[in-house]
Amino acid sequence: MASQTISQPRLALRSVDRSFGPVQVLHGIDIDLRPGEVHALIGENGAGKSTAMKIMTGYLAPTGGTVELDGKPVRFGSSETAEAQGVVLIHQEFNLAEQLTVEENVFLGRELRRGLFLDKAAMRRKTAGWLSELRCRVAPTDRVSDISNPDKQLVEIAKALGRDAKVIVMDEPTAVLTNSEAEALFEQIDRLRSEGAAILFTSHKLDEVKRISDRITVMRDGVVVTTKPTSEMSEDQMAEAMVGRELKDLYPVRRGALSETPALQVEGLTVPGHAEDVSFTLRQGEILGIAGLIGSGRTEAMEGLVGLRRHTGRVRIGGQDATIRTPKEAQELGLVYLTEDRKSRGLVLNMGLRENLTLTSLRQFAKPLLDRRAEEEALTKAIRDFDIRTPARDTLAKNLSGGNQQKLLIAKTMLAEPKIVIIDEPTRGIDIGTKQQIYDFIHRLAAEGTSVIVISSELPEVIGLSDRVLVMRRGRMAGEVAGADKTEDAIVRLAMGLGAASREEEPA
Amino acid sequence: MTTTTEGGAAPAKARHGVNLHVLGPILALIALVIVGALMNSNFLSAGNVTNVLARSAFIGIIAVGMTFVITAGGLDLSVGSMAAFIAGLMILVMNLALPSMGVGLPVMLLGIATALVAGLVAGWINGILITTMRIEAFIVTLGTMGIYRSLVTWLADGGTLSLDFGLRTALQPLYYSGILGISWPIIVFAIVAIIGEVVMRMTAFGRYCAAIGSNDQVARYSSVNVNRMRLYTYVGLGLLVGIATIMYVPRLGSASSATGVLWELEAIAAVIIGGTVLKGGFGRVWGTVIGVLILSLIGNILNLTDAVSPYLNGAIQGVIIVLAVILQRESKAGD
Repeated sequence: MASQTISQPRLALRSVDRSFGPVQVLHGIDIDLRPGEVHALIGENGAGKSTAMKIMTGYLAPTGGTVELDGKPVRFGSSETAEAQGVVLIHQEFNLAEQLTVEENVFLGRELRRGLFLDKAAMRRKTAGWLSELRCRVAPTDRVSDISNPDKQLVEIAKALGRDAKVIVMDEPTAVLTNSEAEALFEQIDRLRSEGAAILFTSHKLDEVKRISDRITVMRDGVVVTTKPTSEMSEDQMAEAMVGRELKDLYPVRRGALSETPALQVEGLTVPGHAEDVSFTLRQGEILGIAGLIGSGRTEAMEGLVGLRRHTGRVRIGGQDATIRTPKEAQELGLVYLTEDRKSRGLVLNMGLRENLTLTSLRQFAKPLLDRRAEEEALTKAIRDFDIRTPARDTLAKNLSGGNQQKLLIAKTMLAEPKIVIIDEPTRGIDIGTKQQIYDFIHRLAAEGTSVIVISSELPEVIGLSDRVLVMRRGRMAGEVAGADKTEDAIVRLAMGLGAASREEEPA
Repeated sequence: MTTTTEGGAAPAKARHGVNLHVLGPILALIALVIVGALMNSNFLSAGNVTNVLARSAFIGIIAVGMTFVITAGGLDLSVGSMAAFIAGLMILVMNLALPSMGVGLPVMLLGIATALVAGLVAGWINGILITTMRIEAFIVTLGTMGIYRSLVTWLADGGTLSLDFGLRTALQPLYYSGILGISWPIIVFAIVAIIGEVVMRMTAFGRYCAAIGSNDQVARYSSVNVNRMRLYTYVGLGLLVGIATIMYVPRLGSASSATGVLWELEAIAAVIIGGTVLKGGFGRVWGTVIGVLILSLIGNILNLTDAVSPYLNGAIQGVIIVLAVILQRESKAGD
């Protein structure tokens, strides 16, 4: 590799087309990844980013055009051939064997041997080395099913390191990470870059793109709109290039005064092992944000509140004492929780849109036999009201893009006609155009008198959307910010338990 | 040729026009009927058809219940032993009550009630262990399978429990008579199958079963009481085992450790052949009915012809089951 010039791309797509059946999803795209450079690929959901990444890493073959590795055309027959040549894709949904240990995963398929037997000691040593380079605290002998999502992400990267990757393609690596975890990941990306790796990643978080990338490629509707050095693009310009139109203010403004009537009063809510003595009041028509690090017990406290977890504490809904032991009881009291995990807890991916839409409120449709026509009408209405873009009415939920799945999940939750709705990560992994639709929708809901709790890891979102923000830390309520105090800085300090403004990482 | 699936959540739809997943079991059944008719002229006679259907009824009634259990992501291996135990219990209770009650309707109703209650309780025990105690369905029902088999052997003291002869004559109409020449087992099987199909396709419970089998977390987060729905599937299956036993007892008038052996496998096989997904998430009762008929027709054809020894019945059934699962997977791969 001595004769290589700086400008020669390590991996390049040259006017690549790709069709699925009659549908062409990529139209002659050109992207080149250079050694020692971090390249960001951005675009709305369905713009073709995933397809492009899969073609780069051998998961899909192009139907036209070529893939070049170090200047020579290559044809990766499979992801294994690509990996053997140092091109690795790190999936958004992790590709780890949950029941195996970290070390077994890192060396899966290329185990070190001594004679007939596995050389466990050597594998463990090397794995530990890579993990410590990544500042990952898990032990090589930990079972993957027992470690957290950010740690799984790091294990995936350790796996790529172990494969001597020259090109690392990451599909939304920070989607499941908190800000401080993402920061740790960026330091690793910085290090890999300085060692000469070519890195491509996608993200919906434009501040991250600005922070870490050297060049940006924007895709829209299967074509490359522009490729520019990051220094020449502001976040607004990125967003506009992605959406193809000018974006007005992302967050709607509250119209009219906030009611003083409490809709939900929670006192001393305790979810064993996750949340302790959480108390707050939610007013009618209010949007209340809940912030905190991942693992701060935000989600678990709310899951406890709606009866998905065992809990103690006093809950009053509309002034009346309420006992909630199951989600069904919560729903009957007008309280519904919308999960952050739409793929494994929100939607039955193998069922149709109609079956998913009506699942939470199926009793409304049972008279006692299910009223199929009413269900179809509900679907028609949901597709219209929530602007769900679907290839066909009778498709399975898994065929929708992430943003449209989220809209379907919201439609499903709203069909239960809640008076109080808890939305956990309303826009995770969703493009900016759809985000705006969801924000508008949440505001409309509040204006109609529904009380909303929004849990979010994205600080601009939780600040821009909510009237007040509660901050949780280690299972307890750390504080509340409202009005002019509602700043990222104030929230981060509360979430970290800091008196002074510093962004040090929280010790586990 | 295009085929559209009527059901709500049909899994993969084949790309090449014909949906093997839907048509497969039906075509297999038609082929078997043609083969049977060509090989033996008696095959399509009213006597033989009635005989096949009546013998299918026991497994069929149980298999309808099994369809719900499997659709909701469960399994029940205990149904064969459960049937034997319930049969033994029913005979024992009726024999014991005979001296005080005499032959007549009261003692028959007592027997029927015994079977129904025993079935409900047995299914409830399976269900509670699986849902509330969170033990794998496979382990629980493997355990109860052994327990019931052993209990019936113990009740019969290693031999056979026989119904009092007078009672047996009185009960016989439950198996042998019927309405308009159709015997009770066939009528009951038909009613159970129709109700099962309606419940599966057109009620909230059926939809919940499919959702739970597909992803129980999503169901839980969608306010579905997952444990209770699962429990209902096992209780329902237990009740259906009880109903099947009520008609099985008058047929032979006895129960022993050999009663109901391998019924669980036949019932599960019928469900799978019919297109219900073994891992859960999708089930169809009409498919199960066809699966049951396919299995009993194979046995019947082997009995009527000399080409293959009837002793190979089990082997041929085994091949069919494996084939059915392979076909299921292929239609999934086209996804």
